[in-house]
Amino acid sequence: MGRYFTIRIGRAALTIVLVVTFAFIVLRLSGDPALMILGPEAPPEVLAAFRKAWGLDDPIWAQYFDYFGAIAKGELGRSMRDGRPAIELVLERIPATLALTLPAFFFKVALGVPAGIYAALHRGSGIDRAVMMTAVAGFTVPSFVLALLLVLVFAVQLGWLPSGGQDSWRHAILPIATLSLGGAAVLARFTRSAMLEVLGQPYIRTASAKGVSWRKVVTSHALPNAAIPTVTILGFMVGTLIAGAVVVESVFAWPGVGRLLVVAVANRDLAVVQCILLLVAMTMVTSNLIVDFLYGFLDPRLRSKGAHA
Amino acid sequence: MSPPLVEVSAISRTYAMRSRMFGRAAAVHAVDDVSLTIPRGQTLGLVGESGSGKSTTGRIVLGLEPPDSGEVRFDGKPMAALGTTAWRAQRARMQMIFQDPLGALDRRLPVATQIREPLDIHGLGTPAEREERVRELLRAVELTPAHGARYPGALSGGQRQRIVLARALATKPDFLVCDEPVSALDVSIQAQMVNLLCDLQAQLSLTLLFISHDLRVVRQISNVVAVMYLGRIVEIGSADDLFARPEHPYTQALVSASPAPGRRSAGRIVLSGDPPNPAARPTGCAFHPRCPRAIARCASEVPALSAVGGDRQVACHLVTGAATRDAA
Amino acid sequence: MKPLVSIEDLRVAFNGVPVLRGVDIVLQKGEAVGLVGESGSGKSVTWLAALGLLPRYAHVSGSVRLNGRQILGAPATELDQVRGGRIAMIFQDPASALNPVLTIRRQLCEALALHRDLQGNAVKAEARRLLDLVGIPDAGRRLEAYPHEFSGGQVQRIMIAMALAGNPDLLIADEPTTALDATIQAQILELLSTVRRELGMAMVLISHDLGVVAENCDRVAVMYAGRIVEQAPSNQLFADPVHPYAQGLIGALPPLEGPRRRLTAIPGTVPDPAHMPGGCAFAPRCAPVAEACGLAAPSLVPIADDRSVACVRAEASRRALLGIAAE
Repeated sequence: MGRYFTIRIGRAALTIVLVVTFAFIVLRLSGDPALMILGPEAPPEVLAAFRKAWGLDDPIWAQYFDYFGAIAKGELGRSMRDGRPAIELVLERIPATLALTLPAFFFKVALGVPAGIYAALHRGSGIDRAVMMTAVAGFTVPSFVLALLLVLVFAVQLGWLPSGGQDSWRHAILPIATLSLGGAAVLARFTRSAMLEVLGQPYIRTASAKGVSWRKVVTSHALPNAAIPTVTILGFMVGTLIAGAVVVESVFAWPGVGRLLVVAVANRDLAVVQCILLLVAMTMVTSNLIVDFLYGFLDPRLRSKGAHA
Repeated sequence: MSPPLVEVSAISRTYAMRSRMFGRAAAVHAVDDVSLTIPRGQTLGLVGESGSGKSTTGRIVLGLEPPDSGEVRFDGKPMAALGTTAWRAQRARMQMIFQDPLGALDRRLPVATQIREPLDIHGLGTPAEREERVRELLRAVELTPAHGARYPGALSGGQRQRIVLARALATKPDFLVCDEPVSALDVSIQAQMVNLLCDLQAQLSLTLLFISHDLRVVRQISNVVAVMYLGRIVEIGSADDLFARPEHPYTQALVSASPAPGRRSAGRIVLSGDPPNPAARPTGCAFHPRCPRAIARCASEVPALSAVGGDRQVACHLVTGAATRDAA
Repeated sequence: MKPLVSIEDLRVAFNGVPVLRGVDIVLQKGEAVGLVGESGSGKSVTWLAALGLLPRYAHVSGSVRLNGRQILGAPATELDQVRGGRIAMIFQDPASALNPVLTIRRQLCEALALHRDLQGNAVKAEARRLLDLVGIPDAGRRLEAYPHEFSGGQVQRIMIAMALAGNPDLLIADEPTTALDATIQAQILELLSTVRRELGMAMVLISHDLGVVAENCDRVAVMYAGRIVEQAPSNQLFADPVHPYAQGLIGALPPLEGPRRRLTAIPGTVPDPAHMPGGCAFAPRCAPVAEACGLAAPSLVPIADDRSVACVRAEASRRALLGIAAE
């Protein structure tokens, strides 16, 4: 077991390094932060001074090593826009994002998983088809379209809910709804497939032939097996808790990490972007590690050796 | 007398296998010191259960895998090294058919095209001649050109296996290895296929290596039968004689386990225990833990395959000991 | 003597395609009956239908009586009691026949809890006893193991143990040894035979392997395209098959001893259930076919004591042989 995790943690670390390297290269090559932040009308000396101050003149590999050296010391750089440490800016915004993504995650699971299970149990019925059609609509419609539709209906036409900002709890309803519906659709579809796959297995028939009631067959035999692949996708969704709301936050002008990321990229505010990416990579990798650990817990075949060990 | 078409001398093949994700690698002796000869126009049947190494032996004999030691000679010459031009050219003279006909055929191509493929690959004949040959082959396996135009999915299991056979015969091979070709078919279709194989063998003077776990089918089609257990041959003899008078305890158990209509279960030899793990081979004779007649010597010394009268060879201390005593 | 199980005119259709076209079977207490047939014969479907184990889209009609009581179409709670408690079924493919995420103990105790009146430690003790009975060594420790830790033969033994947990009157074994090696097959069949004798249990052995069925059953029924075409005591059937299909099947079996002969190869293939020929389903492949065969599907008619056959010609010739006037 120990070796299992050492390998995985090693891979996780490598993933993070690769992600940050990629971001580093792309950002550096795609635009000039000085121009972005100071504006095209700024005089050339000011631009040059800015670049010098932020080390943008150095060769790229030197910047790269400097950056990783700094990370190792725990310094994640400063925002080029206002000079504050990047990490501070990001951490400030996390509660706002979590205020959306955490409830959304809860609703995704509460809506999607039961819908998928129900559809699988009543395969081919009218409800199954309705659920699946809704689900397809849910994950094909891009989130900003869904968001705008909801805004159009609930904010503009009906006037029930506000369309943007973060002033009251009511402002959170539409963003959370947007996030939940898309995710619930994916989960419903996925859970349905997982359940159908399990229900087709011989051991379900064995259980029925033993005289186990259908309800118990579903709860004791089918669900624990269907949970295994479902946990993968749930783990992935947990990984997106921090930066999964980029589009939604932008549409609803919600001051979270996602919105910060969009602004920072537009400004080529390197340290902030890299800091967010680092954080997201770490979250993803951690959630994957947890999922791997959970697998071992849920699936005994991964724990011990087979008959011919 | 002409030399045997296929001569296999003391081949061995070992795989390194990991038991689980991080277990230590175990050596699996899939094939261990196997020697066979197959005379021209004859059939050698290879019988064994799972883990016996019969399929691996078949692949090595065909040249699809190199043995770790030992040699395979085809028509007097050593088998060409895998992947070389000489090896590719040899493919036209030796072919293989497998258990799962649907898996052996490309679902996207009409079957006639697939029968034609070996001719195209080896560049045999003009296109018109190839088309004629395809028709000829379809007739040989008792199918019509209409069947040839279909896709594998539209054919039954038995028909698909006939197509696989037709394709294998396209280049007029001398040698055909059949690895469980009828196991997945219904009994009545099996009979059709076995009859067809026997007929074609007689017509085309084919040499066959027939691998199966089904004793009856092997006996029906073979001249000589070899029984394998955990990578070694434990008994080899003529098909008529071997199953009627099995000498090796394992062969006896196999024959006894094959249910026969009209015979009730009394007198059945039932082996105890499970087939052993190929990665954890018992010492001495691999069969001794399950053998009802094992003696002390069986656990320490590997018995060698030795003649015990007629054309029978047995690898068993008890049997060869008794034979030498009788001969003395 | 009232039969244990009596199936009358059982018919099953999947989405309008008939798969079982009128099956009649009578089973006495303690009897071992073999059901032989190739793919599409309906041998498994018969018993899955009887126990209500077919999917929702299967349309089942006819009558299935257990000890005189109708169980076809019975409410779920009643069927749950019958399954495992009165009639147990074991299947092929040991690899996925047991739930991979539950221990053997949980799966065994589930069966025990449903059908036996045991509490607490007695349940575990009984589970251990059952594992011992079927020959799993070190039963106490192995209870806590998972299915993937056992070999194919051992899983099949555990399935048998689970089937016996409810003390059933009838065990249906659906191709129990097809996926196993020959020597393991012998072990499992031996176990089934022992268990049957000791518990006085009836058994239905479903297989495509004539030899397996012949050796282990008192009576054999041969099925073709959703109907029974011949029923006879097993030694009689193999010595003297009457129905042309049964003759073909037996002739198709290569002999293990004695002179080798050309195998009887029944020409053609099993008909597609969606396009079944009118009249006798076997007629297109039958050598001694007559005009009457195409008119109506022959019904299973007794031709001797404990023997019946569904063939117009065979019936006529047998009756002539026995001096019974044709009707």
